[in-house]
Amino acid sequence: MSSILIRNGILTDTTVTHGDVFIDGGKIVKTGDCSGITADKVIDASGKYVMPGLVDMHCHLREPGFEHKETIESGSLSAVRGGFTSIACMPNTNPVIDNPALVRYVTMRGAEAGYAHVYPIACITKGMKGEELAELCRMKDAGAVAFSDDGRPVSDSGVMRNALEYAKTFNLLIIDHTEDKSVSGDGVVNEGANATIAGLKGISRAAEEIGIARDIVLAETLGARVHIAHVSTAGGVELIREAKSRNVKVTCETCPHYFCATDEEILSYNTNAKINPPLREQSDVEAVIDGIKDGTIDVIATDHAPHSAGEKNREFDLAPFGTVGFETALSLAYTNLIESGDAEMTDIVRLMSHNPSKLLGLPTVWIKAGAKADIVIFDPEQSWTVNAANLASKGKNCLYDGWMLKGKVVHTIVSGEIKY
Amino acid sequence: MLRKKDLLGLKDMTAEEICDILDHTDGMKAAFVGGKQLENLRGKCVATLFYENSTRTRNSFETAARLLGARTMSISVSTSSVQKGETLIDTGRTLDALGTDLVVIRHSMAGTPNLLAANVKASVVNAGDGMNEHPTQSLLDLYTMKEKFGTLKGLKVVIVGDVKHSRVARSNIWALGKMGAETIVVAPYTLLPSGIEELGCEVNTDLEEALIGANVVMGLRIQLERQKAGLFPSLGEYSDEFGINADRLYGICENALVMHPGPINRGVEITSEVADSGNSAICEQVTNGVAVRMAVMDMLVGGLQ
Repeated sequence: MSSILIRNGILTDTTVTHGDVFIDGGKIVKTGDCSGITADKVIDASGKYVMPGLVDMHCHLREPGFEHKETIESGSLSAVRGGFTSIACMPNTNPVIDNPALVRYVTMRGAEAGYAHVYPIACITKGMKGEELAELCRMKDAGAVAFSDDGRPVSDSGVMRNALEYAKTFNLLIIDHTEDKSVSGDGVVNEGANATIAGLKGISRAAEEIGIARDIVLAETLGARVHIAHVSTAGGVELIREAKSRNVKVTCETCPHYFCATDEEILSYNTNAKINPPLREQSDVEAVIDGIKDGTIDVIATDHAPHSAGEKNREFDLAPFGTVGFETALSLAYTNLIESGDAEMTDIVRLMSHNPSKLLGLPTVWIKAGAKADIVIFDPEQSWTVNAANLASKGKNCLYDGWMLKGKVVHTIVSGEIKY
Repeated sequence: MLRKKDLLGLKDMTAEEICDILDHTDGMKAAFVGGKQLENLRGKCVATLFYENSTRTRNSFETAARLLGARTMSISVSTSSVQKGETLIDTGRTLDALGTDLVVIRHSMAGTPNLLAANVKASVVNAGDGMNEHPTQSLLDLYTMKEKFGTLKGLKVVIVGDVKHSRVARSNIWALGKMGAETIVVAPYTLLPSGIEELGCEVNTDLEEALIGANVVMGLRIQLERQKAGLFPSLGEYSDEFGINADRLYGICENALVMHPGPINRGVEITSEVADSGNSAICEQVTNGVAVRMAVMDMLVGGLQ
């Protein structure tokens, strides 16, 4: 393994300093002034942030079963292009990841690909049917970092109660896609004026918020912890803020599209703006940003959801939900949170690296001697226009196609090796 | 003159464009009621591509196309086969390859005409897409109102019924607003879509209050499946609260024009007495539908180009 010397960067984790980083043997050996050191590879990071590698706790890699949308290889390449060094993928594949052998398969395919570290999230329930608990401990032992039936909620409150209570025994993390299906029905976009203008069926915010409220009540009653996936509404943020103030063990994530975009995107029937939960309104965007600012929202995850062109280029009602997200996430956070003055880069490290690491039980990376060399180098001065055709992901279903963004990932180092 | 390839909806059209179509309709209506065969679309091919059943609208378009001298093709696709069958884009390309000049599409899903239009060379006319728009129905409604009152400006139009699921209501709200008319929608809240005011109408849940000073009362068809979905308890109760009946009409706005896009559920949205009264323009609407569709097709692909 060759050594790397990063020169003259803005070293950013919980604090910000200027200096060099010397990497050897997969670890950070020295930070600060490394002027006497020679290395196999030297990277000039003048004016660039040198940060802990990003950790995504919510993505879809589609393998096994939907390799036409994405593979673990193409997805993890896309991840390192976006500065992610660790990614946790959801189990709604075919077959769903609900037994230890499949957990090991995903881990193995991630290692074979050799880009980002790939960690499987396994099902809460067998067959993702929302009925019987899957073998959570055995899957944890096989490498699962969390449990979720993502893509669908655990609709039966009794099953969710058992999942949270059982998971509490072993301190396992349950991630819930909160949605009351009897309220969301066959809606495809946010219920509101824009849905009415486009004549598309709406999904009420209540569908998501009922699910969040239920999970909070269960977590509080049981003294168990629960993590709420992809929070998109002002009411959802407020429910979680209020629960946290009572010390309920609830954590949550949002995604870049919930603080960068509104449901105006659907007026042109752009199926890449068809996402679940749906893009909401400006007041929700502002509430999500407020939640990021005051710590109500713990994590920014991508919910990277690749689909093939043929699946997306069709009737809006029939197109699947989701946008790809790895390669734009950090630039979107920079453009919409840092440039606007709503957050500092140290907050981004917390939201996109340290907090998800802690929730998933992964080693936390610091830009300090002795830390694992999972690093992203980000140039805040580079502006670029997103071109979906140029993404490394197989999924070109990118909401941000054609958007001008500020700041770009220039290098990603995983375990001391330059992967991008 | 329409400087457009397609007619997808009225929300993106200007008042001037709408006026041009209504003006052009006069000549078309004269030809239609005078039994005159026109040649404006001679050598052109018009295809009707219907993913939803509709004999009325399809016959209206095909009659209009033939009166203009076009050849017509009729393609029906059952909605159940949409998921597994040929994709919409492939169907569109097939129609292009068959030399189609204009495709009339009806589909249960909003935005589908836009998808087709973006992928075919032929002109596309939206004959109803989900809950989004039904532009030619609105144009024929506007034409009918204009015939009766001479102008649309300042008219008070009350639309009663299942506004939530109605593309006719949406197209009319867009167009009436552009033409300077006042639109009030009346329904129980379960049949009113969120944010409908943003389209440029008022909302009132009290029909009798809304009818005061109305020039036009338009009923919308109530589908029984909406009751099964729990949006209102029974057709009888609906009729009690929101039915257009003689007491309401003659007691509140006796000279109002009564309209309905059809087919009517007699005794539900509207009583037979009212539907068959001198106030009713329901049959005239059907005649005007052919004339308006002739005007639209002529302006998109006809000799006027």
